Amino acid sequence: MARVGVFVCHCGTNVAGTVDCARVAAAAREMPGVVHASDYKYLCSEPGQKLIQDAIAAERLDRVVVASCSPRMHEPTFRRAVAAAGVNPYRMEMANLREHCSWVHSDKLAATAKAIEIVGMLVAKVLRNRALQPGRAELSKRLLVVGGGIAGIQAALDVANAGYDVTLVERSPTIGGKMAMLDKTFPTLDCSACILTPLMVDVAQHSRIELRTSAEVEEVGGFIGNFDVTIRQKARYVDHDDCNGCGTCWEKCPVKDVESEFDQGLGKRPAIYLPFPQAIPNKPVIDADHCRAILYRKARAEQIAARGLSGEAAAKYRPVGPDGKSMQPCAICEKLCATKAIRFDDRDELVKERFGAIIVATGYDIFMLDGSHDEHLSAAERRPYYGEYGYGLFPDVITSLQLERLMHASGPTKGEVVRPSDGKHPKRVVFIACVGSRDEKVGRPYCSKICCMYTAKHAIMLKEHDPAVETCVFYMDLRAGGRSYDEFTRRAQEAYGAQYLRGRVSRVYRKGERYVVQGHDSLLGRPVELEADLVVLANGITSARGAVGLMQTLSISYDGYGFVNEAHVKLRPVETNTAGIYLAGCAAGPKDIPDSVAQAGAAASKVVGLFARPHIETEPLVSEVMARRCVACRLCEEVCAFGAVTFVEQRDGRIAAQINPAVCKGCGVCAAGCRGRAIVLHGFDDQQLLAQVESLFARPRGMRPAGREPEPLVSR
Amino acid sequence: MTAYAYFPGCSLHGTAREYAMSTEGVCRALGVELVELDDWNCCGASSAHATNPWLGHGLVARNLRLARATGLRELVLPCAACYARFKETVHALRDPAAAATIEEVAGGEVPRDIAIESLLAVLSRPAHLEKLRAGVVRPLTGISFAPYYGCLLTRPAAVAQFDDPEDPRTLDEMLRILGAEVATWPGKTACCGSSLALSRTDLVLDLSHQILAWAEEAGADAVATACPMCHSNLDTRQRQMRRAGRGNHAMPVYFFTELIGVALGLAPAGLGIPKHLTDAGTLLERAPAGAEG
Repeated sequence: MARVGVFVCHCGTNVAGTVDCARVAAAAREMPGVVHASDYKYLCSEPGQKLIQDAIAAERLDRVVVASCSPRMHEPTFRRAVAAAGVNPYRMEMANLREHCSWVHSDKLAATAKAIEIVGMLVAKVLRNRALQPGRAELSKRLLVVGGGIAGIQAALDVANAGYDVTLVERSPTIGGKMAMLDKTFPTLDCSACILTPLMVDVAQHSRIELRTSAEVEEVGGFIGNFDVTIRQKARYVDHDDCNGCGTCWEKCPVKDVESEFDQGLGKRPAIYLPFPQAIPNKPVIDADHCRAILYRKARAEQIAARGLSGEAAAKYRPVGPDGKSMQPCAICEKLCATKAIRFDDRDELVKERFGAIIVATGYDIFMLDGSHDEHLSAAERRPYYGEYGYGLFPDVITSLQLERLMHASGPTKGEVVRPSDGKHPKRVVFIACVGSRDEKVGRPYCSKICCMYTAKHAIMLKEHDPAVETCVFYMDLRAGGRSYDEFTRRAQEAYGAQYLRGRVSRVYRKGERYVVQGHDSLLGRPVELEADLVVLANGITSARGAVGLMQTLSISYDGYGFVNEAHVKLRPVETNTAGIYLAGCAAGPKDIPDSVAQAGAAASKVVGLFARPHIETEPLVSEVMARRCVACRLCEEVCAFGAVTFVEQRDGRIAAQINPAVCKGCGVCAAGCRGRAIVLHGFDDQQLLAQVESLFARPRGMRPAGREPEPLVSR
Repeated sequence: MTAYAYFPGCSLHGTAREYAMSTEGVCRALGVELVELDDWNCCGASSAHATNPWLGHGLVARNLRLARATGLRELVLPCAACYARFKETVHALRDPAAAATIEEVAGGEVPRDIAIESLLAVLSRPAHLEKLRAGVVRPLTGISFAPYYGCLLTRPAAVAQFDDPEDPRTLDEMLRILGAEVATWPGKTACCGSSLALSRTDLVLDLSHQILAWAEEAGADAVATACPMCHSNLDTRQRQMRRAGRGNHAMPVYFFTELIGVALGLAPAGLGIPKHLTDAGTLLERAPAGAEG
């Protein structure tokens, strides 16, 4: 005979305020199978747990119902408590008297009656709970880090230093991310490169880190401990094993006018290039869209095929360029390369590897006013934002990242802040804060968190560059939460004379060589008009281009703005809702450098914690297929959101579904959908659920409160 | 022939007679039929809705019923002020509580399925634009216009739901099709002072002067607009501005329909162009003479 113990928790007054807990315990004592019932103020406290454990020993209980809060809160607590006293943890059920009863009712009598019914249901269920054991799965102790910005770098180094192998995948030709573009960092004004580049070098030299730049994650299968990942190594056209990074190729490349991504379009670069002098790997790549050799080869092959040429005609064929002129081949870099590292015929390569864990550190992009970040919209639906600021129309209206490049010693102007239009030094610079932040109209109602700080930094740095420059900042609110942050924005105003104007800008227009910035001073309640030589937009943070696609590939959830969702906003901030996939940095929303680094460290510690285990323990509350009843209709495969279902040939030659317990989340969709009732969801099987329903509706009429006489749901 | 219910509004029967003449002439030429509401009343602009919002809605509600009686689903309004009033009421009707009050004021059911469109938006539909492109016989080559939208066509954005409220481009596109040059200028959506012309004329002179000054600085020869109120302030007050020391403007201000008419080869007199207070005929002589007249 089963021996059930029921423990009713007051949760202080959370439950006891609306539910008569002693009465619930008394009623429980009368329920079939119950041999012990008591109530206590805080069951989750240490004496509370002890009370349960003592009762288990004294009454020889083999099943327990804890009537307290939501299982989302304390199920693990009470499972551990009963297990320590020798009861199988899956023979412990929680009756949710708080969220489902006391918090949503005020009538104590009715709430108590309802609480008794809830407890009755769980008692009926627990009588049918089988003792379950967790399963085991292999654990591959290798980490994949996606994204080589500061967060990815930090996470990779932390895990590699703990002695595990790490692969760092970065889609651009260098690691370093946005931080590498920055001149100085707030609030200490450290040189960004000085603190970042040593870490980049560490990554390159670490024996446990495999660095893959110009690479992207293409496909992800498997589950925690066993992710099978296909990585696309994009063609670089330079063999990095042979290349010694001497620099002859990029100095001699005849193409010199490609807009530099790293310099945010303010500088030019050759077709074979190193993004910036301290790039890691410190070896060039070829931009196939601009390299004359590759364009020539591509056009030649296409045109020969289109014309159906062969033999000598094909051999002698000279392709025609888009301008209608005959194209000139080029092989300067190939000829000059001392180590013969140029590979014009390089192709993308797919590499398949297994990892035990993944850290998503894909970072962010700055909000662009052309609307190109709105990846959820089709190209036709995208529209430009903030036309009133004249970005794109006026060359001297620039983004904050462009200003960083102008201030940077190795930037396009070697650190001289000049106007892009005429190269003159600006006398007055006007900043516009919250461009693409806290604005519903552009689909970004969130605060980007870093802009107040970096704008103050810019105001300080400009003054350092040129003491004669005047700086004005239009802001909405000053958000400088963080250690030494508010002091920093004050310093910008008090020691560096930045004039802060609270209000929005309505219009920027050209007046002769200067610009007029019209806005509203909301403290004075009147319009203001300022002349400026340079206007800097404090662009907010948006999710990185392509991030949503990657999250879909990874099957992790993300919010409406393309940022990864944490498994729990407060308590599991570096885990995603998919076990084994962690997050760090701006992939999960706007963050500054210290927060990104802290998060990277936290994600790394989670991974190290995982890798310290001998194997993966899998949750037994998962679905299982009874192969004999399966007719392989494949409905379960179709409805499974986690890809847990495969089909395997049985000994008798039939095909039947199989559910991978390590992938299954126990959602039960397959079990509910299975036409042949061949799938059982452990812990929630038909008998358990029907027992609950019957407990509620099929009891003698006299036991139900008056005035409510529902028909039994289950026909017998 | 595409037909639309048509609400001219008081301006087009009075101070903006040329807007009505050019609208009707251009629509005829483009095969757009305008079915004027029978016995329409004031839209409530300026005075009515400022006195009592429900009175404003009630006036529009009656017109909406008249629009329903035409059997047409779309109501086109050349006047930006009328357009804003109608849009505001249709927007208010989406809220059940407001709708109940409006119907009480209007004394019965108010149709909610009449689409409110500005004439600029309607004539900018691909089909009409195509016809327009094909019909241009006298392109406005070499004349630079400052496209002026004013405040009412695009704002408030959630109500007007037309173009980009900060940087609208519909009229720019229209002008380009007419062969004109389009000036890049900051005044697109600036306020002309609107009906403050009566109570605070000094403010209107300031604001309208600023708009004309911007247009001049941007190298525009003229301003093109889709609002009778803006037109009135900009066209008729240039002499007053001069007297008040607000610039020395002599800038023609056109309704966009007048420009379409000229480009289509319609006679300027039939479009009402001689009615302007600031000479608007001379500038257009720069456009090459059309094949038709």
